[in-house]
Amino acid sequence: MALSRKLVQQRSSVFGSRSMSWWRSVEPAPKDPILGVTEAFLADPSPDKVNVGVGAYRDDNGKPVVLECVREAERRIAGNLNMEYLPMGGSVKKVEETLKLAYGENSEHIKDKRIAAVQALSGTGACRLFADFQKRFRPESQIYIPVPTWANHHNIWRDAHVPQKTFRYYHPETKGLDFAGLVDDIKNAPNGSFFLLHACAHNPTGVDPSEEQWKEISKLIKEKGHFPFFDMAYQGFASGDPERDAKAIRIFLEDGHLIGIAQSYAKNMGLYGQRVGCLSMLCEDEKQAVAVKSQLQMLARPMYSNPPVHGALIVSTILGDQELKTLWLKEVKGMADRIIGMRTALRENLEKLGSPLSWEHITNQIGMFCYSGMTPEQVDRLTNEFHIYMTRNGRISMAGVTTGNVGYLANAIHEVTKST
Amino acid sequence: MESQAGGSVFSHVPQVPEVPLYAMQAAYGKDSSPQKLNLGIGVYRTEDGRPVLLDVVSRAERLLVNDLSSFKEYLPITGMPDFNRLSAALVLGADSPAIKENRVTTAQCLSGSGSIRIGADFLAKHYGQHHIVYMSQQTYGNHPNFFSAAGIAIKTYRYYDPGTRGLDFQGMLEDLRSSPTGAIVLLQACAQNPTGVDPTMSQWEQIRQLIRSKGLFPFFDCAYQGFVSGNLEEDAQSIRLFIADGGECLIAQSYSKNMGLYGERVGALSIVCKTAEVASNVESQLKLVIRPMYSNPPIHGAAIVAAILKDRDMYNEWSIEVKAMADRLMSMRQHLFNALRDKGTPGDWSYIIRQVGMFTFSGLSPEQVAFITKEYHIYLPSDGRINMAGLGPKTVPHLADAIHAAVTTAV
Repeated sequence: MALSRKLVQQRSSVFGSRSMSWWRSVEPAPKDPILGVTEAFLADPSPDKVNVGVGAYRDDNGKPVVLECVREAERRIAGNLNMEYLPMGGSVKKVEETLKLAYGENSEHIKDKRIAAVQALSGTGACRLFADFQKRFRPESQIYIPVPTWANHHNIWRDAHVPQKTFRYYHPETKGLDFAGLVDDIKNAPNGSFFLLHACAHNPTGVDPSEEQWKEISKLIKEKGHFPFFDMAYQGFASGDPERDAKAIRIFLEDGHLIGIAQSYAKNMGLYGQRVGCLSMLCEDEKQAVAVKSQLQMLARPMYSNPPVHGALIVSTILGDQELKTLWLKEVKGMADRIIGMRTALRENLEKLGSPLSWEHITNQIGMFCYSGMTPEQVDRLTNEFHIYMTRNGRISMAGVTTGNVGYLANAIHEVTKST
Repeated sequence: MESQAGGSVFSHVPQVPEVPLYAMQAAYGKDSSPQKLNLGIGVYRTEDGRPVLLDVVSRAERLLVNDLSSFKEYLPITGMPDFNRLSAALVLGADSPAIKENRVTTAQCLSGSGSIRIGADFLAKHYGQHHIVYMSQQTYGNHPNFFSAAGIAIKTYRYYDPGTRGLDFQGMLEDLRSSPTGAIVLLQACAQNPTGVDPTMSQWEQIRQLIRSKGLFPFFDCAYQGFVSGNLEEDAQSIRLFIADGGECLIAQSYSKNMGLYGERVGALSIVCKTAEVASNVESQLKLVIRPMYSNPPIHGAAIVAAILKDRDMYNEWSIEVKAMADRLMSMRQHLFNALRDKGTPGDWSYIIRQVGMFTFSGLSPEQVAFITKEYHIYLPSDGRINMAGLGPKTVPHLADAIHAAVTTAV
């Protein structure tokens, strides 16, 4: 022991002369556009400040929420179980329950064991695993990403070295869907392209295709032999009913597509920091599903070996217990309803203020986000003059709106937009 | 490029053959013999062969669940700040000049695995020298995969000497000496997996001098801090030797074994830099590597670690439980050595008590391993690595019998 301490205390002259860092050419990276907003908000001392930036749910007092069903599940788990490694593909029980949510409680595909599925690190991790899989097994392919989309989608497919193209989605004039543009871009993409679709509650616009539009999109994608990949991060948050929010996926399944899905429990179960999600791919048959799953595991292995157990335990405890599951469904509906209520309130407030603009889109759009149509300059004014924080694309996280701040928010928005 | 009508675009995807270690687990699971022993997995077990939940961890979990003010929202991309600060102090020492000078950037990652992968991706993106990593010839099975996934070439340095069942020190130095300047060198800080062979402190000093004078870049994997001597500070001395010379390195830490947090996936990547400014730039770039992989790390395990490390009583409780685990491993080594000596099993079995940490490299051949699995229902990988934690005083005799039979029978 004495020798080791002595050696540590010596400063060796062998190294002393080198004074330059291996990392001297590393540049400071720009802040993340979404997560940087909350940092700025936290640093603001103003008592009036409002955070409608990051997409995390808040109650009507502006407080973060841990669902009752989650607290109960945690009470059952805490301090009782050892934390042994999950299998590489994650918790089997949790994955089974998760597939039922997406594919249907009585899904034939689940019964036929045609779905390759692994537990993933929330929606991000599921998308990344899929992107890596796409690169490995379809190296010549590219991904078509909607404009706009969640900023991190671009980072994910870029880091997976999959070339990106875009397809038209949001129509700024109507603040709705650019359906004609979308259809055009699907038709013009080379056959067999990969398309990233938001299953419901599109982030950041809140604009979803109607059921009829989804049916047409499905038909076109089938004709072109494209691969549909769904990112479903808000199941339950759009309408309040998870079954209804899975409608687009069910349409595609009925039409016989072999889809991929990234699912997340970050928002709908409030499990943000637990990083619980799932990547699934519908295959031709059980044999292929086994092969694909084995390859997904091989992609996860050099990333983190096996996924975290705690969040998975919470999910399987809740979804595996009839009472807790019923409670969860009730709480999800409660969150969705509060957001729908705030949309109505914000729109009514703006109309009452006599705004010259139309704010119909606030109640037409769905889910956590409202694409307000405000410019970056208008957003900057909101922040600098009114201490209201949102991303510069004008995206408002409706979850951050409360009965306490909706008037203030409407007033501020009116101020910066009234001379538009 | 069109998909077949109705067919899958992935119909050509082949099934991966099962990872041998996991296939072995499956075979153990199916074995109905009451005498079966699992000495393959790399997890700690009590002497009755049961998984462990440390008392202090259980206590921390219950404290956390009763804290209604705690929320589970997203952690920052680089994880929980308290956890990061405490983890760096645990491995580097709270009074480390590198920490005091703000030259260390630490990111919470998914256990040792995740820390190594993020480190490898960071190196692939920002390391201006050779994208080659040298790792010991016998190393943790997944080590090559992290670096291949990051696009870094892999080479090995000699490590284990089958003749002495100890370190091939000259071979190691020769191989490092002949590596190109600027190559990355992966080093296990203590309790080497799979061999159980660690350099002495005097050997570590020679390794350090060689690495620094050749301009090689050290990357430490620290997965077993506390498991060698039972003392957390002591087991970090190899790393601290390198930090003391003012140089840079990467360190991957895991709490899987020493806090029993396996499935929670808790670990940290620390990058020790020359200056605080460089460390700050490096941290910002780490975020760009992490965000497109999983956005931010899981909160639960980190909350447990932070709760324990920041509370003096809980830290002491933890130290005692770590020592108990290390002591049990040493005790099993002694038991096995004694049993083989008492049976008069031919061969020199002293290496069993010389090797350290969780594993013993038994020197059994693949044929001998297959023999003891078949005849004695004892499961271990074909390289002969024994997890000492899989043994208890009652089961050591069975293993001794098996080894005795394997070396005295023509297998």
